[in-house]
Amino acid sequence: MLELRAVTAGYDRRTPVLRDVDLTVADGEAVGLLGPSGCGKSTLARVAALLHRPDAGEVRLAGTPVPGFRHRAPRALRTTVGVVFQQPRQAADPRLTLRDLIAEPLRATGRAAEVADRLAELAPTVGLGGDLLTRGPHEVSDGQLQRACVARALVLRPRLLICDEMTAMLDASTTAALVGVVEDYRAATGAALLAVGHDRVLLDRWCDRVTHLASGSSARA
Amino acid sequence: MSAPLLTVADLSVRFRMSGGRTVAAVRDVSFTLAAGQCLALVGESGCGKSVLASALLGLLPGNAQVRGAVHTDGRELLAADEDVLAREVRGRRIGLIPQSPAGHLTPVRTVRSQLAETVRELTGVRGSGLPDAVAAAAARAAFPSDHLDRYPHELSGGLAQRAATALALVGDAPLLIADEPTTGLDRELVDRTVDELRRHADDGRGLLVITHDLSAAARIADRVAVMYAGRVVELADAKGFFGSPGPRHPYAAGLLAALPEREFTPIPGMPPELDALPEGCAFAPRCGRASAACARRPELTDGLACHHALDPAHA
Repeated sequence: MLELRAVTAGYDRRTPVLRDVDLTVADGEAVGLLGPSGCGKSTLARVAALLHRPDAGEVRLAGTPVPGFRHRAPRALRTTVGVVFQQPRQAADPRLTLRDLIAEPLRATGRAAEVADRLAELAPTVGLGGDLLTRGPHEVSDGQLQRACVARALVLRPRLLICDEMTAMLDASTTAALVGVVEDYRAATGAALLAVGHDRVLLDRWCDRVTHLASGSSARA
Repeated sequence: MSAPLLTVADLSVRFRMSGGRTVAAVRDVSFTLAAGQCLALVGESGCGKSVLASALLGLLPGNAQVRGAVHTDGRELLAADEDVLAREVRGRRIGLIPQSPAGHLTPVRTVRSQLAETVRELTGVRGSGLPDAVAAAAARAAFPSDHLDRYPHELSGGLAQRAATALALVGDAPLLIADEPTTGLDRELVDRTVDELRRHADDGRGLLVITHDLSAAARIADRVAVMYAGRVVELADAKGFFGSPGPRHPYAAGLLAALPEREFTPIPGMPPELDALPEGCAFAPRCGRASAACARRPELTDGLACHHALDPAHA
């Protein structure tokens, strides 16, 4: 599903955060990526989600070599991946209601006609009932906003989910609930998962296998 | 036993919102904290934990209505005016270790300059004695002296945490409040931060830790208070709560069961909105043990507010 070969990436070519990293996620597989803060695991997640262009190396998604990143990534590849970030407040447009937040990827890809149906499916799945969908991010808790961000990541039915510290801000019950949402989706669709985090106990429980990214060095995974 | 360092009695905080809505963030919370002791206040996000900390320090916004009493050192804090709080309480009686320390530090000044200002203001040390006093203040929070001339953005999460802790310790306040001190830190750093905080309790301070991280709470606390929808629903000895016999309130049991090292199953549903709380037990709609009795609100008695407490011996 996802293949990273000899990827070097960072924010300054002289001091890359990741050097020569290999990572493979098979179809339907759940891989946990573990590492201390500052080791580059979020950068790796961004490369895998086509949100950051690596300095060197190759990324293959669903068997296709990725020809460009960010806005240069072809839509068909971009929509193959759903991403959930650590901090929902920084990942949500404060002007949108939760309904529009979840529907945004559909509208951006010209599929606005599906909005009503997908929302009716997804809102109960992630546990957003009542009037929560009509509220803005500042009117809901972190946990509720992260539920909306998970729904947004699932709305295009991605074949690969990337969760970068999805639960680091959340309490134990919301963590278990959102991991459950992701796992139910994967069970129903056979989607693959790359879960990035620092909590070994959580990733061991969640993923098929867990791999380490050591600080500032290369990884073979 | 000596008089408690902090006594909170029937503390309630309500916010008046636009459109006549009222949000009951904290309701009838009572607890005491003794010197050398650590109390962890745990609960889901939005349960009122941080509002409680702000109330103790008089840092609530203008639309807050506060009831109850908070005593420390023979002084009542809720009725105290801003001048007294600023001059005599904050930093001197109560040190606050804030949530997201990187955001709490002044971004345009070095750690040394911020520590020096606080040392000057709180201890009156000036002139030639100042550099030594600053070095000593940094050392108390294990902040490395070779990093004193760095700006906050040049610090890792762990070091920013220690810089904020160093600032909180300068006034030698007998009571420390740490608001989510471990959010966003990785596990190793959480353990180290928590152990460092624990040392300050072992030195004879009272430590109130507000956290949603149950593993951190288990590591640091002597007692644990579980908050749900603004109320304390269980107040227990930490060892018994996290170990054996275990929690007694179904909500507390559900929170612990949600941990990945335990059952990893969530509590069904979500916490109620604080502007539309049910008449009776606020947890009843999510509770497997709820019955007609739960329409009547359970009062906190003997450390527990529940009509159908778990019998830990058989749970």
